[in-house]
Amino acid sequence: MRFLLVEDNHQLAQAVCDRLTLDGHVVDRAEDLATADDFIATTEYDLILLDIMLPDGDGRDFLQKHRAARHPTPVIVLTARSEVSDRVGVLDLGADDYIVKPFDFSELEARCRAVLRRQSGGASNVQIFGDVSFDALACTLTVADQQIRLRNRELRLFEIFIGAPDQVFSKSKLVDRLFSYDADVTENAIEVYVGRLRRHLRGARAQIVTVRGLGYRLSLT
Amino acid sequence: MRKFVLLAGLALMWLAAQATAYEIEDRRSFGPDGASRTLRIISTGDASLFEPILTSFLQSEPNLRIDYVVASSTQLSRAIHEDGAVMDVALSSAMDLQTKLVNDGYALPHRSNATSSLPTWARWRDHLFAFTQEPAAIVLNRAAFDGLPMPRTRQDLIALMRANPDRFEGRVGTYDVRQSGLGYLFATQDARSSETYWRLTEVMGGLGVKLYCCSGLMIDDVVTGDLAVAYNVLGSYAQARPEETQIEVLLPEDFTTVMLRTAFIPASSELPDIAGRFIDHLVTRQWDNAPGLSQVFEGAELTRDDQALRRIRLGPGLLVFLDGFKKQAFFEEWRSAVLQ
Amino acid sequence: MTGAVRKKGSIRRRLIIQLLGGAALLAILMFVVVRLYARDLAADSQDEILSASVTSILDAAAVRNGTLALDIPYSAFSMLGNVSDDRVFYTVTRNDAFVTGYQDLPTPQQGRISETRFRTATYRDVEIRMVTAARRLSIAGVPEVVEVTVAQTRDGLRQTLNEISRTVAMFGIGFFLLAAFLGVLAAQSAIGPLRQLAGSVSRRGPEDLRPVTARVPEEMAPLVAALNSFMSRLKASLTRSEDLIAEAAHRVRTPLATVRTQAEITLRRVDKPENRQAVREMIRAIDESSRAAGQLLDHAMVSFRSEHLETKGVDLCRLASDAVERLRPMADLRDIDIELTLPGEPQILRGDAILLQSALLNLLDNAIKYSPTDSTVRVVVSGDGTAGRVMIRDSGKGFALGELKTLTQRFVRGGNTSGVVGSGLGLTIADEVARAHGGSLKLENAKEGIGGCASLSFLLASR
Repeated sequence: MRFLLVEDNHQLAQAVCDRLTLDGHVVDRAEDLATADDFIATTEYDLILLDIMLPDGDGRDFLQKHRAARHPTPVIVLTARSEVSDRVGVLDLGADDYIVKPFDFSELEARCRAVLRRQSGGASNVQIFGDVSFDALACTLTVADQQIRLRNRELRLFEIFIGAPDQVFSKSKLVDRLFSYDADVTENAIEVYVGRLRRHLRGARAQIVTVRGLGYRLSLT
Repeated sequence: MRKFVLLAGLALMWLAAQATAYEIEDRRSFGPDGASRTLRIISTGDASLFEPILTSFLQSEPNLRIDYVVASSTQLSRAIHEDGAVMDVALSSAMDLQTKLVNDGYALPHRSNATSSLPTWARWRDHLFAFTQEPAAIVLNRAAFDGLPMPRTRQDLIALMRANPDRFEGRVGTYDVRQSGLGYLFATQDARSSETYWRLTEVMGGLGVKLYCCSGLMIDDVVTGDLAVAYNVLGSYAQARPEETQIEVLLPEDFTTVMLRTAFIPASSELPDIAGRFIDHLVTRQWDNAPGLSQVFEGAELTRDDQALRRIRLGPGLLVFLDGFKKQAFFEEWRSAVLQ
Repeated sequence: MTGAVRKKGSIRRRLIIQLLGGAALLAILMFVVVRLYARDLAADSQDEILSASVTSILDAAAVRNGTLALDIPYSAFSMLGNVSDDRVFYTVTRNDAFVTGYQDLPTPQQGRISETRFRTATYRDVEIRMVTAARRLSIAGVPEVVEVTVAQTRDGLRQTLNEISRTVAMFGIGFFLLAAFLGVLAAQSAIGPLRQLAGSVSRRGPEDLRPVTARVPEEMAPLVAALNSFMSRLKASLTRSEDLIAEAAHRVRTPLATVRTQAEITLRRVDKPENRQAVREMIRAIDESSRAAGQLLDHAMVSFRSEHLETKGVDLCRLASDAVERLRPMADLRDIDIELTLPGEPQILRGDAILLQSALLNLLDNAIKYSPTDSTVRVVVSGDGTAGRVMIRDSGKGFALGELKTLTQRFVRGGNTSGVVGSGLGLTIADEVARAHGGSLKLENAKEGIGGCASLSFLLASR
């Protein structure tokens, strides 16, 4: 995925970029509206993350202009101001969603996913691995012509595996990415979701293999 | 009848004189003998005159006797004033004496619906109540005026008497004001009303006026023809004798003095309640069968000409003529007019 | 907030009592004065007529033929009878020797011959008024003094006085009643503005600190000025603290966002379990403070907006579905389904959409947070034409019994919320929003099975 991040706070911008890059996304960063305009003019983005308070103007003006120009790229507004009036205002101006700083990355991820899902409509974004095909936006896994609807955590877990096939993920890494930090989740919980995925993959060549002492990987058997 | 009353009166007078210092003229009892209570009435009016009133009252008061004492107004006054006689009702035609008795505190107050419905001129201080109005009349012998016009006023009478001294010489009568309280009352009121009184008195004096003590005797003499004219006769007495056709009762049209017969409850009364009821009986119309007594309420012919009627007013004005000096002065003047 | 007010008397009662007391005093004073005056007047008029009577008798006294002649005029006494029915007594003396009249009359007031003398005495057990005057006559060449006294009982005077007293008493009572009536009216109207002020202030919402602008009587101006100044200070202080909270939250959140993101990245790269644990703790701490800041802001916003409540027609169904859509991604993260049940027709109430949205989001957020994974949160909107309701039911542990009353207080968190990030302001916000709209927040535990249930109820706008 290609993101455009419009954010003037350097540290925050850097952290968000790092985090998104870590998940395998491509991020362009603009520190002001003028730069953002330049980026949009030259590049197609899947999603724009837009801050409101920018040195050369108000993010809402940008949003308005963007919508007036009928750019289809969805926009998620990042706001530090918590007034709900701001939130509603940006939705009225055409933002697809908003997220309040500081955000939980899983929340950002979830919102991005939701926005993209709404945006893509019927269009599919299918990844194929061996004899299984996976549509992250539609939340479906197709095994032997059988389409299985994945629940959120199953989806995210499978996404991790299919993003890097044959790579071993430790349980603790998976816990980090699957669960929010507000609950004490044991690594055993991962086994539950891995178990569910294995059930879905039954009969397929693509399987989640246990690497003793290290974790799991998705491999073709 | 009258002679009998007189005889009985004389007998009673003697009896009464034994017990009382005041002189009475008559004494009668009405009602059942065995009655437990006796209402004592002292009156200047003849018992016969009041009998209908008394008997009608007794009808509503069983078990009551009435002791009816007749006395002159002077004696009545003395009985109440000086002798402290126990009396329940005092009836008198002498308004001045009645007024003085009330004024001097010898009466009890009485208030009732009957008395409060009386016209204000008919009561004084809720003590003294008028129950008849009786005019002072001129009684004429018709025969004596044969061929002459009947007088209608004092002036007419004066003119007639002056024009016909022969016919009237010695045939004119009036009260001796020194003897009769009522005569004095009429005279003083006449004198107050008009100077004509003195001229009339002088004319009568010139004709050798005969002086009387009472109305009854004057009327008698007019009836017999001894008198041609009786001046200031109690009209009620004359009217009480309708059988006498030869007399003419004249209520002078210049003015007619009207005496009010009054009643009060003496302070010595032992039966003030019954006395009060008796006064109510007097002032209301419960006795219209008493001939000659004109009630306060109707006054029959007394309504004839209100302008000419001079009701003697109850009140302290009447005390003036009881003053010794005043009386003396009046007698002086009267005597010089009458006894020429 | 509403402390006991220490009362001392009532202005209205005090006014009425004072006015009534004044009126009664005036009425009594009027009665006494008029009665005294009338008494003097009546006594004077009696004295005058008695004097006239005496004078007319004295005038009639003459020397005739060398002796005293006293022809008392009829009018001397009849004039007394014209005025009243009082009893009349008189006496005439000549050089202090009795001549005529009532000999036992009390001796007159002593004094100079030339003046008219008055005396009130008792005669025959009654009170009498005596007027005496004298005149010098020369009888047979010898100067002599003729003295005339006329006396009258005072029944008429008393009667007149009684009549006047009765009339004046009626007047007094009438005056008093009228004054009482007017007094009560006056007290009412005097208290009126005070009542209006109290009414308009107490009718206000708890957050309404606008100055009183209604016109008030001059006497109340200082009170209203003080009240206004007090409210403006209170408002300034409130605004200041709200601003402070907003500013603080704002300032805190951006760096927190940076730190949190960095921490998450760090966590990916760290392998040692003890280090990982430390970073996790860090992230949780950041979440906790960030969320607290957010809710403080929310709360400040709710307080602020409640004060200037904008009322527009708002559809509860629309609000509920918006809130559900907004939070569905968060629910998804935990594999929680949100089941929304809407009635067939919109449930319109008059209120502030932003506040109501905030309340719903807080409740729904709570429900998602406290529900276990793989469960369902149910949102049911219902209405019966007069009241509308949004019920949010989770399948968490429910509310601890005994805490239902206190949960809506600020920073009070349930006893069974350990392990969940929260500030304890969510329910407070929802409760305040509900009350600002004249509605209510009801917390209860599901009767069947497990889970808590929060309901927001509002009166619907009449159509």
